[in-house]
Amino acid sequence: MDIHEYQAKVLLRKAGIPVPPGEVAETPAEAEAIAKKLGGTVVVKAQVHAGGRGKAGGVQLAKTAAEARDHTSKILGMEIKGLVVQSVLVTHAEEIATEAYLGVLVDRKLQAPLFMASPAGGIDIEEVARSTPEKLRKLRVDPRYGLLPHQAYWIADFLYDDPDQIKQGAHIAERLWRVFIDAGASMVEINPLITTPSGEVKAIDAKLSVDDNELFRHLEIADMRDTTAEPPAEMLAREANLSYVKLDGTVGCCVNGAGLAMATMDLVSFYGGEPANFLDIGGSSNPDKVVTALEIITADANVKVILFNIFGGITRCDDVAKGIIEAMQRIDIKVPIVIRLTGTNEDAALEILKEAGCAAYTSMDDVVKKAVDLAGAA
Amino acid sequence: MAIFIDENTRLVVQGITGRDGSFHTTQMIDYGTQVVAGVTPGKSGQSFAGPKGEKVPIFNSMDAAVAATSANTSVIYVPPAFAAGAIMEAADAGIRLIVAITEGVPVLDMARVHAFARDKGARVLGPNCPGLISPGKCKVGILPGQIVTQGPVGVISRSGTLTYEAVYHLTNAEIGQTTCVGIGGDPLIGTTFVDCLEAFARDPETKAVVMIGEIGGTDEQEAASYVREHVRLPVVGFIAGQTAPPDRRMGHAGAIISGSAGTAVEKMAAFEAAGIQVAKRPAEIAELVAAELDR
Repeated sequence: MDIHEYQAKVLLRKAGIPVPPGEVAETPAEAEAIAKKLGGTVVVKAQVHAGGRGKAGGVQLAKTAAEARDHTSKILGMEIKGLVVQSVLVTHAEEIATEAYLGVLVDRKLQAPLFMASPAGGIDIEEVARSTPEKLRKLRVDPRYGLLPHQAYWIADFLYDDPDQIKQGAHIAERLWRVFIDAGASMVEINPLITTPSGEVKAIDAKLSVDDNELFRHLEIADMRDTTAEPPAEMLAREANLSYVKLDGTVGCCVNGAGLAMATMDLVSFYGGEPANFLDIGGSSNPDKVVTALEIITADANVKVILFNIFGGITRCDDVAKGIIEAMQRIDIKVPIVIRLTGTNEDAALEILKEAGCAAYTSMDDVVKKAVDLAGAA
Repeated sequence: MAIFIDENTRLVVQGITGRDGSFHTTQMIDYGTQVVAGVTPGKSGQSFAGPKGEKVPIFNSMDAAVAATSANTSVIYVPPAFAAGAIMEAADAGIRLIVAITEGVPVLDMARVHAFARDKGARVLGPNCPGLISPGKCKVGILPGQIVTQGPVGVISRSGTLTYEAVYHLTNAEIGQTTCVGIGGDPLIGTTFVDCLEAFARDPETKAVVMIGEIGGTDEQEAASYVREHVRLPVVGFIAGQTAPPDRRMGHAGAIISGSAGTAVEKMAAFEAAGIQVAKRPAEIAELVAAELDR
């Protein structure tokens, strides 16, 4: 789960990292009031879960509170990478002498947190790693001991020459590690970490993603979820414990298991169709789950056909077939449904589906071809 | 022969009295797995009733279970908050292979667990995996026993049902398996494709290997390099998620294209460059394996 910049900054500030003062606003009037309170030049920053906010015009400098209000009314409602801006952060504008990068993420290959620092701040760190790897210092942190003081110093020493700035940088690195661990983050970064002309080191932008699996033990962070940033169907799916990702095609997919669900989408595309979604309904034959899945899929107006692809392993196919039929009786569906069931007790399942008048298949290729045909004809 | 588990496997079930733990313990005993003990804190002295009246003793701790039964393998069905502790307890008790079925274990927990298990010399499979099965000998986890059959193919996969799909086609084509290993869909897993390839390459009965990968991470790319340099067996590969959008998690915690890294296209290219036959459809996996075995 991603949190917004203003939320990440609250966590940084609490941990003792210097962050310029600022507050979040949802209306131009609120923004004006915050700008007035802060005094001087402020920055108005769109709060969306997307990069490239500056390029899209979502970050504006305002010399007066009235200007902050005007910028806010333009930025609110703006669409950045398909996401509508619902709030802005109004924050004190800092004078910048240098820009650096500081971040921690979980590295899959190292199976450990990786601390990264670069004196080339303000640009995407992947770009730095590609084009100027000599400007990137990386440190594998042993998760059992955490970031040690000399390691924090070694990181800061790469960023600064001035002894006082190195000290400030090391302190920020240690605090950033605390934020990473205490939030159960999968990634946290300060980009840029600036120095002011008077030599202070400050975080002026921050990004933080939390590991979804950690949310149960960090309820204060789970509460930071911005449900307006999430399509309603995905929210419904999350609440029903279904994995759903909306795509742009016409073939609605309902599959058990994430790997098989991806393979089903790929096969739809292989046969010339376009998948409307990723949806994993899991291993149960519970009709309630199937009903929710069907509601989510049919809420997408692009869907022209619904494709079930179920491999019955431990869950028996006949149970799944009964669950699907019960679900279909409980909800009115206007598009054709094709079903493929294979595995344990598949013959019994096919009988049940045929009796109910459903188009049933045992081959994944056959059912996907049929679904693509129906989507094309509709 | 088989890899990791066989008729000598002596299994402890951690979380044997839970809903999933008890259901799958029955299935494993039914398949012929030697389930020698269960662990649920506070239930020492009780026993678990198997499908044919077998009595599996329950212990409070892994230490007690291993001391009393000489168990060498464990399988974990405890909830996510307790999974890390359960794995480390098993490693501390001297278990050599720890199969973690639990989905939803915090990633930072697993970073600590993998470091701990390595120090203890224990192999962790998973978490968030379906386990493994050596047809006709032993099954540990949740893989359905009725879809596999004994034969010459080793199967390694990051997925559950997609593995069943592939194995089902193999079995229908009368191509059996030595061992099918589900390595798990999480970002930090204990046993990788490379670990399994190494084991299959040493197994005299394995004549071909199937690798089923998906988007996210670089495990498949590393497996491809390993195949090119060390594996003489024919290898058939499949990658799920060609139509997955970037930066979206596709069900599995580890199935995510980060920026431009971890795409299906990049993985398929790595497979092809290593001489691995890449199936375009799940059903094609069995066709390619059949062709390789006929050579």
